[in-house]
Amino acid sequence: MVDLKKPYAQVAETECPRCLTVMTQEAMIEHYQVCRGCGYHFRMPAAARIHLIADEGSFTEMDQDLVSKNPLSLEGYEDKISEAQKKSDLSDAVVTGTAKIDGRECVLGVMSFQFMGGSMGSVVGEKITRAMLHGADTNKPVIIFTASGGARMQEGIFSLMQMAKTANAAALLDDLGIPFFIVLTHPTTGGVTASFAMLGDVAIAEPGALIGFAGPRVIEGTINKKLPAGFQSAEFQQEKGFVDKIVPRKELKKTLSFLLRTHTGA
Amino acid sequence: MDELKNKLEELKDLAGKNNLDINKSLSEIEAMLNVGKNSPTWEKVQLARRLDRPGALEFINLICDEFIELHGDRYFKDDPALIGGIGTIDGQAITFIGNQKGSNLKENLYRNYGMGGPEGYRKALRLAKQAEKFHRPIVTLIDTSGAYPGPEAEARGIGEAIAQNLKHFSLLKVPIICFVIGEGGSGGALGIGVGDKLYMLENSIYSVISPEGFASILLRDSNKAKEAADIMKMTAKDLFEFGIIHGIIPEAPGGVQNDPAYTANMIKELILSNIAVLKKKKPESLIRYRSRKIREIGQFTENAGKEQDLFGLFSRLFS
Repeated sequence: MVDLKKPYAQVAETECPRCLTVMTQEAMIEHYQVCRGCGYHFRMPAAARIHLIADEGSFTEMDQDLVSKNPLSLEGYEDKISEAQKKSDLSDAVVTGTAKIDGRECVLGVMSFQFMGGSMGSVVGEKITRAMLHGADTNKPVIIFTASGGARMQEGIFSLMQMAKTANAAALLDDLGIPFFIVLTHPTTGGVTASFAMLGDVAIAEPGALIGFAGPRVIEGTINKKLPAGFQSAEFQQEKGFVDKIVPRKELKKTLSFLLRTHTGA
Repeated sequence: MDELKNKLEELKDLAGKNNLDINKSLSEIEAMLNVGKNSPTWEKVQLARRLDRPGALEFINLICDEFIELHGDRYFKDDPALIGGIGTIDGQAITFIGNQKGSNLKENLYRNYGMGGPEGYRKALRLAKQAEKFHRPIVTLIDTSGAYPGPEAEARGIGEAIAQNLKHFSLLKVPIICFVIGEGGSGGALGIGVGDKLYMLENSIYSVISPEGFASILLRDSNKAKEAADIMKMTAKDLFEFGIIHGIIPEAPGGVQNDPAYTANMIKELILSNIAVLKKKKPESLIRYRSRKIREIGQFTENAGKEQDLFGLFSRLFS
């Protein structure tokens, strides 16, 4: 279960990988885990994300006890999951629940890259689908933050089929006129990109986030040369027409609040 | 198999006596016999990838009385890696969509080895919507190692194109019957793989990643593809046991390339029998059944035992 009392990791100092600015934990929290020197957006644990976006005390987690099976009977897979669970306090790579943003209700899903690369297996697919269906059932807008390396290979064909499942839920939201907003964070690739992540009514991205289908190394392997800097960045995707708006983390809550305000009656 | 080996020995003997040079042919046959000696799954992987395995167009020509191919996504170009058009079986019009690899090097290059770009998937969606408009059933024939992982495909939104197909195919108001005829490679296969019925040919495979990819990422050794294939549960039998596919279509001994008509005929029968049943359903119940089938796929436990009545919720949302 996600622990919102301790949303941030206990790290005394953090060094920016891009400009080498060193920030204390207090400074990191104050700056929304964004480098004050160059604006680099650090990855954010799910709890910190919820802390940042949801009104205080408004988040109620759902489906927190779903645990994956091991359909391929892969050696060590259960251990890998329990290890990731201990490290993250999460049952799998997404946290879902209901929340309020500036007083407006919504269903909120936050993926966690820290949990096995944010990969989507049966549990992630099911929880995201249930979150969307809950939005449909209770007439609440659905907001999902993505962060994923793609489908979880350890679950074989079941992970592939979660793409169809989440896309089907997105189709249902379309049909019922329920707002569905996606926030693409670093990185969002593979089967998550090729399913619900690209199906939002509005697609927001954080600055500098890597967003794509095939990973950069796979593409470089295909063409046998290096990709230009910034290929598949949020800025690239906005230029190519696949992202509506790049929003710095500091402005995210305001932007989401605006979207909720303009898409709900009251 | 043993009988074949004996015959081979006899043949060698005979060739030796008559001074015939058949070594090249012999070593080819021997290689074929050794294929998959240790791994029945790897044998299927190799059969599924054979250059002379019939592709979507070959099957369409065997199945249909008439067929015209339709080209282009109407936005950017025509993608030869993904084909589609209108065919007739016993006078009944059906929209066909399929991955096309090509059966020789020249065709492979022209068709990008069946690795579709965004234009291919957008063409597929255009033809599917066209089918819906004219109440035509849709048949998809899946045979790709995956969508094209290249920079142009990325720049034009291959992820978005596949995502749109998954979304729209799940709500199309006409019957959709899918067949994995060769390789079912990841999102590139699923991009034309959402439907009411899913069948696999006996020696076809369907997986989230190639055995080579699985080996290099999870087994940390790209040479362990054979081993990976055994672990991945990617054969028709595996997927049937998982409840993901509806049936397995037999192939001629040694693979479908030895008698494509035999398998094509069975595909044709399945298309006709399924359409006869599915077209009697109201569009709403067709969509509900299709969505429910997709919703059911997943393997997890839920400890608290307070499972919501999700199917109840689901039916309500769809009514």
